[in-house]
Amino acid sequence: MIDKTVRSMAEAMDGIKDGAVVLLGGFGSVGQPDALLDGLIEQGAKDLVVVANNAGSGRVGLARLMELGRVRRIVCSFPRSQGSVVFEELYRAGKLELEIVPQGTLAERIRAAGAGIGAFYTPTSVGTKLAEGKDVREINGRMQVLEYALHADIALVEAWEADRWGNLTFNKSGRNFNAIMATAAACTIVQTHHIIPLGGLDPESIVTPGIFVDRVLHVPAKRVAA
Amino acid sequence: MTNWTRTEMAARVAVDVPEGWYVNLGIGMPTMVSDHVPAEREVIFHSENGVLGMGPAPTPEEADPWLINAGKQQVTLRDGGAFVHHADSFAMIRGGHLDLCVLGAFEVAENGDIANWATSENDTAPAVGGAMDLAAGARRLWVMMEHTTKDGRSKLVKRCGYPLTALACVKRVYTNMAVLDVTPTGFAVVEMAPGVTRDELVAATEAELSF
Repeated sequence: MIDKTVRSMAEAMDGIKDGAVVLLGGFGSVGQPDALLDGLIEQGAKDLVVVANNAGSGRVGLARLMELGRVRRIVCSFPRSQGSVVFEELYRAGKLELEIVPQGTLAERIRAAGAGIGAFYTPTSVGTKLAEGKDVREINGRMQVLEYALHADIALVEAWEADRWGNLTFNKSGRNFNAIMATAAACTIVQTHHIIPLGGLDPESIVTPGIFVDRVLHVPAKRVAA
Repeated sequence: MTNWTRTEMAARVAVDVPEGWYVNLGIGMPTMVSDHVPAEREVIFHSENGVLGMGPAPTPEEADPWLINAGKQQVTLRDGGAFVHHADSFAMIRGGHLDLCVLGAFEVAENGDIANWATSENDTAPAVGGAMDLAAGARRLWVMMEHTTKDGRSKLVKRCGYPLTALACVKRVYTNMAVLDVTPTGFAVVEMAPGVTRDELVAATEAELSF
């Protein structure tokens, strides 16, 4: 019997290595796998490369992981936002590498990795400093920039419902990066609000089929997203 | 002279958005445009975090922390709306499926270049978000911004001084003083706020204007 559900956070986090590239779902705090982030803090892996839309806020979750000196590099589109104090401090002190990526290019690099595409050309960022040093060529009459797929070791994903095969649904704008990140990592770890018996999810409504998912941890909602 | 207020600017932009368009409104002032599209005119608003068919801010009873826009404000979903993931959301943007994007800007140049994400070459950690994708990908890019900076410098310029967001893509600019088209020969004034004179507009603008 296939059963991707894990019983404990320790089991969910097992084997995450120092230096891992970690995809982190969410847009702001909506859809962000907070429990798994706390688990990663506890687990202890360091020298991490974190890929996320934002660079954390306050001093919890991703910000806490960074504050503990466990993140070497962050790849994101929008590092500065309300409350991104830890990012600001570490970045100014030269303790954090930063790669800024346009949000759509970030999404597509992740999607490409999940789909087995090595690289692609896009008009986004042509003529800007984010295209500096990159191959630019004219395709279909338009200048386009070469961007590479962004593969990861680990994806941390928040789902709304999951079954034991790892089929997932999401809640409203909580889908965001979660569904694509699930496809792009060697090991995709999911926290889900609800566990549904196999066969209980409408096949037409499954957004992420279990083929993309490795581990599922049941984390019932303790708080609402903000 | 009487400049348009922010609300009047939003209402002025909304006049030009016809039924049936798919529209992305940037964070800040452009977000106000949707308040001025009459409910019976079906315009479909897109938010890059995966919401197509976004409605107005919720009443306290409707409030749902799972439903936010790109500015991370709570919103609602209209009948017919849909949720998608980030790659699909940006396929709508980058694939040329949006009829219009309205962005704020620091500067717009007379050739349509836009600078709206970083205020200095020395700022090594600016937040680009979806601005470059929207500017390069939407079928039409309009900019909504104050005509001058707080210290009186023109934001309509010959060449952008700030780091660029995208090249030659702005089609129209709505400011508190005027509506201007970006044409092959530079900015062309479409309309001026009531009481603004040609001389005042020319004096407030670094770039050349045609009337």
